[in-house]
Amino acid sequence: MSANQGMNRRQFIVSSALAGGGLLLACQLPFGRRDLLAATGSAFAPNAFLRIAADGRVTVIVNKSEMGQGVYTSLPMLVAEELCCDWSMVAFQASPVAPQYNRVSAPIMVTGGSSSVRTEWERLSLAGAAAREMLIAAAARQWQVAPSQCRAENGAILGPGGKKLGFGALAAKAAALPVPKKPKLKGGAGTLLGKPLHRLDSPAKINGAAIFGIDVSVPGMLTCVIARPPVFGAKVKAFDPAGALALSGVRQVVAVDAGVAVVADGYWPALKGRAALTIEWDEGDGAALSTPSMRAEYARLSETPGLVARREGDAAATLASASRRFDAQYEVPYLAHATMEPLNCFVDLKADSCLIRTGSQFQTVDRDAAARAAGLKPEQVTLETTFLGGGFGRRANPDSDFVVQAVQVAAAVRRPVKVIWSREDDMRGGYYRPMWHDRISACLDGRGMPLAWLHRIVGQSIVAGTAFEKGMVKDGIDRTSVEGAADTPYRIPNLQVELHTTKSRVPVLWWRSVGYSHTGFVMESFLDELAHAAGQDPYHYRRALLKEHPRILKVLDLAAGKSGWGAPLAKGRGRGIAVQECFGSYVAQVAEVSVDVKGEVTVHRVVCALDCGKVVNPDTVKAQMESGIAFGLSAALYGAITLKKGRVEQGNFDSYPLVAMNAMPKVEVHIVASVDPPGGVGEPGVPPIAPAVANALFAVSGIRVRSLPLTPENVLAARPGKA
Amino acid sequence: MILVVNGKEHAVKVDPETPLLWVLREQLGLTGSKFGCGEGLCGACTVLIDGAPQRSCVTPVKDVQGKRIVTIEGIAADHPVKKAWLAEEASQCGYCQPGQIVAAVALLKEKPRPTDADIDAAMSGNLCRCGTYGRIRRAIHTAAGTGGKP
Repeated sequence: MSANQGMNRRQFIVSSALAGGGLLLACQLPFGRRDLLAATGSAFAPNAFLRIAADGRVTVIVNKSEMGQGVYTSLPMLVAEELCCDWSMVAFQASPVAPQYNRVSAPIMVTGGSSSVRTEWERLSLAGAAAREMLIAAAARQWQVAPSQCRAENGAILGPGGKKLGFGALAAKAAALPVPKKPKLKGGAGTLLGKPLHRLDSPAKINGAAIFGIDVSVPGMLTCVIARPPVFGAKVKAFDPAGALALSGVRQVVAVDAGVAVVADGYWPALKGRAALTIEWDEGDGAALSTPSMRAEYARLSETPGLVARREGDAAATLASASRRFDAQYEVPYLAHATMEPLNCFVDLKADSCLIRTGSQFQTVDRDAAARAAGLKPEQVTLETTFLGGGFGRRANPDSDFVVQAVQVAAAVRRPVKVIWSREDDMRGGYYRPMWHDRISACLDGRGMPLAWLHRIVGQSIVAGTAFEKGMVKDGIDRTSVEGAADTPYRIPNLQVELHTTKSRVPVLWWRSVGYSHTGFVMESFLDELAHAAGQDPYHYRRALLKEHPRILKVLDLAAGKSGWGAPLAKGRGRGIAVQECFGSYVAQVAEVSVDVKGEVTVHRVVCALDCGKVVNPDTVKAQMESGIAFGLSAALYGAITLKKGRVEQGNFDSYPLVAMNAMPKVEVHIVASVDPPGGVGEPGVPPIAPAVANALFAVSGIRVRSLPLTPENVLAARPGKA
Repeated sequence: MILVVNGKEHAVKVDPETPLLWVLREQLGLTGSKFGCGEGLCGACTVLIDGAPQRSCVTPVKDVQGKRIVTIEGIAADHPVKKAWLAEEASQCGYCQPGQIVAAVALLKEKPRPTDADIDAAMSGNLCRCGTYGRIRRAIHTAAGTGGKP
């Protein structure tokens, strides 16, 4: 598809109505339906999110990026429910970048924060309701009856005396009517919502037809790999392209801000060309970075007071007079997102336009950054969102690194070009979940319950230095650094949470579940320690501290009950429990774990209970819990990005393993029936799994691991008696 | 050189050391086979070579001349494995699924009624960052007609 056609489509979508007609959609963009990959022109486009063709087909335009979570099904369900259409006639299409597709009440187009259903529920329901009212009005006018005598059902308007007209037949007439300003939601029991409908995007995904960013291709396109610095912050001092240029298939070698770009006829010659480059780097102070020294520095910092993020009562004074106190230090490492699809970006840059096709979670930010890099205005840049082979936050980078780099290459070569990151480029390219050090001291009251809790958190801010700092950092405290700790729901009368924000050349970023990925492990592990210290059952101990939080209690009880908490287990197995409130949802998990003499941890079973309020599609919600558990488990068992002489020591899946089929526990998901407002589901499944597993490990072995991951090395080092 | 892919012959002109994956993706436009690691560590690029699952990202194209190559695009839409994949809703982001499906097709050819241990052995080299393993396991049992109880 040419850039020109892209413009046509955008104009088409923003127009309020359009006489039926052939609109050719690009097959490279995500669109489709369950049984047919096709789209037709439309006769009726009452708003930005919906159009109805003369043949009755309904296309829902989805402004959220599909990266596994199922938005190409859940968001169309919201529209279709209110529209009362025939679900088998519903297709989806990725939206272009335009203001009407920005996040509700925010000037950016973004998919993140487990917010798609939460933020779009009302807007898309109203979009469907408005169209329904217009179709009813069109039918009523044709039949010369009152609209109140008509109703919509399964893709048709039904009127008095058995009158019936399909949406397709009414579409053109409805398009001529005014769009209702305040459409009424139909209410009542849903015909689609709450049902485990099949995903509309699955057929394309299993047939190899779904186009991800890395699959984008146009005639004459070149492929590029970039030699990036061996350490963060290094600059190219000098390079010799001769070796690369001598290879067949290599077209050009150009310096860009990110390093040295090798542009070739394909990925393989580009990779070979890069290997043949000679580059001299000015490594700068980044070469001094090492994980052991950073850990030591963080530990030292944790001994000194930080900025206060939360203060209740007087934790320090209470601890000072306590007869017994409990002290612990927890650590979690840097983590890579490691999306299965390595980063990539296609750019076709012309003198006055720029077409970008990539899997972005952050379209307006990436578009604006591309415009700056290209010296164009934002409206001259067209960004088309492909399928994303995983996102987890990595494709929502305030720095737009993978987009800007590709634009710079395109500016140098003046040909359509796709930059592909190798797995090693992706893993060593930074933007990690920060490493953290937590120091906690606590004491208990006469009944064994927490009386004081003094908690110091040390680590980098993910938004410092970005456009998001202003909104997310208050009085020096990045709220994502302390979320889950400063706002803990546990009743602790003397609570103090402090923060040291460190600075480093290592770029950091949100990573699925953001701050909770760290604080969930620390809070739920240390609380478990206190329960055991008090001689109490960890589940009942939590219950006693959460009396004012009925929704948390409910998931805690559900997970405990379904897991058989308290019932005997097979010899050599232990159970651990953890619970987290985050992104508007509540999740509890119970893990069943064993460990062998070599310190190898096996997770056999995970029972997960979720309250995410009203549910659109229970099957995709379940899938998100399964997914969060697998994602969190890879981090809990194996995940660590470490540095030596400034170099990232991991590069591929041998050194940064993921949970595979043979390590995946049996997962059971139970969803609390609820009429509460919708909560998020993409992220909340992640935080509880690491502490649930670590707590189960303690239950079965007496080994308390306070440093992730739970590798045999760390497990053996944490055996009682080992210092 | 001549490649036989999904039953069709293709003449390609390419460095013989080029991994098959890039020939499929860039020369033949068959982008269903995915690049995930380039080292044979993740399985996203899995294709069948004379019926056996192989990592096309580490298979030089010169080694597969004249052999029967089957990619995800060459597995019929109504193949029991693909139907089971839809029934169990195995896909999330979907990126690894072509490789998973090809590996499952090979497994079921070898072992029409696989046990869970067979599935672990055959499928543990195919990574999925979305964690769809439970559904993949169910889909394989469904395709085998074993309902999970071989």
